[in-house]
Amino acid sequence: MSKILKFEIDGVEIEARRGQSIMQAADDAGVYIPRLCDVEGLEPQGSCRVCVVKQNGRVVSACTQPAIEGSQVENETEEILGYRRDLVRMLYHEGNHLCPICEASGRCELQAMGYRLGITQATKYPYLQPVRPVDASHPDIVLDTNRCILCGRCIRASRDVDGKHVFEYVGRGINKRVGVNGNRLADTDVELKDRAIDLATCPVGCIIQKGQGFFAPIGERQFDKRPITLGVGPGKEKKT
Amino acid sequence: MKKRIATVSLAGCFGCHMSLLDIDERLLELLQQVDFDRSPLNDLKRFTRRCDIGLVEGGCCNEENVHTLQEFRRNCDVLVAVGQCAVMGGLPVMRNAIMHSDDPLRECLETAYLNSDKVYNPSNRIPSDEALPLMLDKVYTLADVVKVDYQIPGCPPSGDTLWNTLKALLAGRPVELTYEQLRYD
Repeated sequence: MSKILKFEIDGVEIEARRGQSIMQAADDAGVYIPRLCDVEGLEPQGSCRVCVVKQNGRVVSACTQPAIEGSQVENETEEILGYRRDLVRMLYHEGNHLCPICEASGRCELQAMGYRLGITQATKYPYLQPVRPVDASHPDIVLDTNRCILCGRCIRASRDVDGKHVFEYVGRGINKRVGVNGNRLADTDVELKDRAIDLATCPVGCIIQKGQGFFAPIGERQFDKRPITLGVGPGKEKKT
Repeated sequence: MKKRIATVSLAGCFGCHMSLLDIDERLLELLQQVDFDRSPLNDLKRFTRRCDIGLVEGGCCNEENVHTLQEFRRNCDVLVAVGQCAVMGGLPVMRNAIMHSDDPLRECLETAYLNSDKVYNPSNRIPSDEALPLMLDKVYTLADVVKVDYQIPGCPPSGDTLWNTLKALLAGRPVELTYEQLRYD
């Protein structure tokens, strides 16, 4: 069996190595598939569903679905964009995403995805407005899970890169949230230099580094001029 | 025939109205196409007749906001939520985040008028004059209270964003915004 297989994304032929996901093959070929929970260097988990595509007519998440020889993948069709808009809108309604007061605004991937998908329509869902307490116990880090979108990037980074297991999901269904390995963040062994705390890890303003503030002025922030896409993504902007 | 527009600021900061003035000389072009009914721009306090478009800035944080919003819904064919406060509560909705307290509204008022270090309040009382509108238990978005037809996000939406949206609305076609004109902050 040959190691290279070929398939099509929106009619464009792409090559993939056997075993690669649709997303990995697309990234290598320079085709952007929108995503929130998947990030370079961490195992994909397929939880945000923003990377939803159709593979031979079946709806799948591109980050976890292996590429299939000769398959047709739909990425930027009206139907798929509609799914993605609804998914991002629901994430917005599930948490407290108050962009005007959030210091992640301008580098937030959820916000950037809203911009990219052109979400301006009047809302059709209720705002859930969670009231979970903010954990500011740690000297360097604040955790505001009301802004969390449950992407699990901090969980995977802490477990697989830092080897610490600081974060984990707790609860089920609508009550699912990210908890820490202790009564509060200050009781864990988390450190500012951990990959889990890196600005590129949390796609929203849930994990905040103290003392950073609004470090980039409006107009010069990561997504102010350019939509989120390959190469314009997490961790490309850092405080110097 | 000229369209009629009404505007109001509820629990907002008038920033969105300032942004409307930021369309500068295009105001003249706008005034050739529309007449302003009830609006802080002309200081009319009551509707004089039915309007085609109602622009509402800010969410609902007190009783009067709700009554005003319902009046706008009754008197406007198309109701537009302008700015983040109208769309999803904006800054005032931060008050809802202390709802895990047993008595969140009291906690909010006590912090604002009594307990904070920065407060100068010799009477040591929370304002309770009958003329003041009753505060709601929490801050509500426009869509929580009435049906909203369109929304213009932004804090505030830029003059260009407002102008493009109004122009499209008046012409009866879908709005087209550039990447820089769509902002949530």
